[in-house]
Amino acid sequence: MAKKHKWQDLIKDPLNENNPITVQVLGICSALAITVKLMPAIVMALSVMVVIAFSNVIVSLMRNYIPNRIRIIVQLLVVATLVILVDQLLKAYAYDVSKQLSVFVGLIITNCIVMGRLEAFALANKPFDSFLDGIGNGAGYGLILIIVAFFRELLGSGTLFDKQVIPQSFYDAGYVNNAMMLLPAMALITVGIVIWVQRSLYPQLTEKE
Amino acid sequence: MDRNSNLYTILFAAVVVTVSAILLAVAVMVLKPAQERNKRQEKMTDIMYTIGLDKENLTTKAAAEGLKLNYQLIEKYFNKYFIKQYALKADGTIDKSVNAFDINMKAEIKKPVEEQRFPIYIAEVDGHKYYVIPLYGKGLWDDIWGYIALNEDLNTVKGVKFGHKGETPGLGAEITKKWFENQFKGEKIFDKNGTFKGITLSKTNKDPENKDKEDHEVDAISGSTLTSNGVTNMLQERLKHYLPFFNKVRQQQN
Repeated sequence: MAKKHKWQDLIKDPLNENNPITVQVLGICSALAITVKLMPAIVMALSVMVVIAFSNVIVSLMRNYIPNRIRIIVQLLVVATLVILVDQLLKAYAYDVSKQLSVFVGLIITNCIVMGRLEAFALANKPFDSFLDGIGNGAGYGLILIIVAFFRELLGSGTLFDKQVIPQSFYDAGYVNNAMMLLPAMALITVGIVIWVQRSLYPQLTEKE
Repeated sequence: MDRNSNLYTILFAAVVVTVSAILLAVAVMVLKPAQERNKRQEKMTDIMYTIGLDKENLTTKAAAEGLKLNYQLIEKYFNKYFIKQYALKADGTIDKSVNAFDINMKAEIKKPVEEQRFPIYIAEVDGHKYYVIPLYGKGLWDDIWGYIALNEDLNTVKGVKFGHKGETPGLGAEITKKWFENQFKGEKIFDKNGTFKGITLSKTNKDPENKDKEDHEVDAISGSTLTSNGVTNMLQERLKHYLPFFNKVRQQQN
């Protein structure tokens, strides 16, 4: 039988102790690619959250009817349908952002977090729990995205949400934006630093040797 | 029904696929008008960008009228400044049966030259006349495109705007950045004798600060030679089709 889940835990766990990016190390590729600016990162985070939450609910509703032999294909179909819906909606109502995200919206299909949650959670749990699990994991993913994007945009472009925040007097005094921050390599290092900070604060997350 | 039987599996798959197909078809149909509108608006803002009417400029203009920049306003400004749009034939004459704005460059460049129509947009801003020409070509990985605006002399570049589908971020994709586009301002596409030269993205440009506006060269992007070559070729290939039209305009100007 499925375990009883406390709904607070379903939301809280993936934010920290079971974070999909920093602890499970899933979905890294997109986290590196679209964190140059805050705005696209937030839209991406929301898109992933919507896709995980609703695919979790749909698969959970169908979990007693899906033939076991084709369950992965059915999951993929559900995820792909939702991703295309999100992509089309963005193209219609958030065109500029959808252009910046370009192929990465389509690539949510291949984000391991989505398939991982379907296999590990939605197939064995009730729809409402699955929904919360999806929201939680989407939020955990989004949290890291936003942290990384904040530092990359601030240090790389001197802006936040495309608004200049580092005053002109700094530049006059010789301050230069760090163009390295705009490249994916620095995103990886930033994610690394986030993991480091998180594990220093929560030593129980460190793997035992 | 036995949930492990082949029949159940096939039926289940068929139902799920049909439902998702219907859902997607409906969504695409419903959202199509909004998406088309966005594309149209993007085209207009790109074209206006080349003659110096970028988004900030337009927003200020709108604010002066006490309005917020929106789709209707962009369309209004476009129609206000772009007084003429022509679809040219290869010999420089105007084909009145074709609407220049609706020409899809991607499909158009695949046709033989005689059948192609070449759009040109003519703007008048504060007494200055500008000619904007759409560009389309191949970068390293995929299509690149853009617009180039010429001053009334049909020689000096007023501004450019580039776009790309899949060039490498940080390298080829830099062609869409302001620093790159700004290099083109003031460059000449004809030499002193009136021979068409185009603009070359050069790696051996001995003019890194781009002070020499007569050399028909701007700096190429390090690490993206093939995208740079693509831009050079695109400018050469597209602009040369307009030479007959340029000659006609010049004769009229004289």
